Amino acid sequence: MNPVGFFFRSSIGRKILMAVTGAILIGFVVGHLVGNLQIFSHPDKINGYAQFLHQLGPLLWVARIGLLVAVVIHIWAATVLTLENRRARGPVPYGFKHTIRATLASRTMRLTGYVVLAFIVYHLAHFTLGAAQSGTFKANLPKYTMAQDYAVAGFPVVKAGTQVDDVYSMVAHGFQSPAVAIFYIVAVGLLSFHLLHGFDSLFQTLGWRTHRWAGALRAAAVAFCLAYFAGNLAIPGAVLAGKVKPRAVAAATR
Amino acid sequence: MVAANSTAPLSITLRVWRQAGPNQPGQFVDYQSKDLSPNMSFLEMLDVVNDQLTAKGEEPIAFAHDCREGICGTCSCTINGKPHGPGKGVATCQVYMRSFRDGDVVTVEPFRAAAFPVIKDLITDRSAFDKIQQAGGYITARAGSAPDANAIPVPKPDADLAMDAATCIGCGACVAACKNASAMLFVAAKVSHLGLVPQGQAERDKRVLAMVSTMDELGFGNCTNQYECSAACPKLISHDFIARLNRDYFNASLRASFQPESQSTGGGAG
Repeated sequence: MNPVGFFFRSSIGRKILMAVTGAILIGFVVGHLVGNLQIFSHPDKINGYAQFLHQLGPLLWVARIGLLVAVVIHIWAATVLTLENRRARGPVPYGFKHTIRATLASRTMRLTGYVVLAFIVYHLAHFTLGAAQSGTFKANLPKYTMAQDYAVAGFPVVKAGTQVDDVYSMVAHGFQSPAVAIFYIVAVGLLSFHLLHGFDSLFQTLGWRTHRWAGALRAAAVAFCLAYFAGNLAIPGAVLAGKVKPRAVAAATR
Repeated sequence: MVAANSTAPLSITLRVWRQAGPNQPGQFVDYQSKDLSPNMSFLEMLDVVNDQLTAKGEEPIAFAHDCREGICGTCSCTINGKPHGPGKGVATCQVYMRSFRDGDVVTVEPFRAAAFPVIKDLITDRSAFDKIQQAGGYITARAGSAPDANAIPVPKPDADLAMDAATCIGCGACVAACKNASAMLFVAAKVSHLGLVPQGQAERDKRVLAMVSTMDELGFGNCTNQYECSAACPKLISHDFIARLNRDYFNASLRASFQPESQSTGGGAG
């Protein structure tokens, strides 16, 4: 069998695809969160960061297409594996349902996955495409003028005085709606829960987990998910608490 | 779960899956089982119930059993949702009635998996495991007299780990306990116990590829790393072997794809 056939056709191959695409997506959500936490700094930071990403041009599309492929493979493998799993139980289910030690997170992966997928669609419509809350979408807000250079690894990539999209105000406006903010908080909460199983499960699938460090791995997974959730809670939480305000309002009160 | 030195007799309601034959509809039937010694085994309790059913002219409950000392893996049924019933590291024959309380309703079902069709009542056809074994769970070796001891050096840690895997009795509890009816723990144990010793190296790649491919063909589910299998295993075989199987399979697949093959078409003595 050629290696592509092995990955896509065998049970373990599909599991490895789940694990690898899951690892890629974990890497993405961490980077995405770290980038977005710049909202707690001067508006120059997140607006300069957004401008920098857009300046990447073709590279940005390579990343976007790569992520889309990862998401599609992750969902495809999950669907195929789940359908096989259902058939494997046979025609008659157990009359007495019992779980010995499978965690709640592991038993709700499909449900949390659905919520995360719905969230991704909304999130893209909200902050990337402007289909939701279009009145405060970055393209419809006044441009932001960079006060200082935005530097990546010491290299100034966005010069002071550049007119850029006001992502800072778009996010602040967006989360001023409690319904939107709460939906984000619930969705990233369930994503964190999804990752609680995914994070240490991928080590098992790739064959790197043994009992000698399984406890440490689990602790790392729990710590990672708590930190990830806390970081994601901070952004809509700060807007709801009035700590982060849209720029026009902030300027007026200053 | 186990009451200390209890001698008081107990009575339970046995809720048993009755199915007359393969592909026939089955249903749960309740039987009252009274004045049981807490120190009788679960299978002895079934024997008593069956005696009573036979005396009444009814069909006894069909259940599989053989050694009744936890080494053959024949006595397989699901008791209150857990394969081999309450307790850790025991087969059904090692479950004693003191594990239950007076008045309990005890639900007994066959192992549920598409690859283990029900033959009758609590008996399932687990020959799917034999098919996986036949695909590569052996060493093609000279079956002559016993070789010299220590002729082939095996490091003690490897031997210990191989023995852990080799304790698998092929009962099928891992499949029955798995939320997805996956046979990964069984296959992992069989692949690992040969893969860890020098005698198993020559056919290591061929073995793992063939056994996993047969497992897939037989309609077992896929592992979701929930570790129900190792918790239900009467020999407590670790799911670490599943991680090892994943790694072995991955490496073997790459080698099978890229390793050069002999292109020789002739020559030699002919």
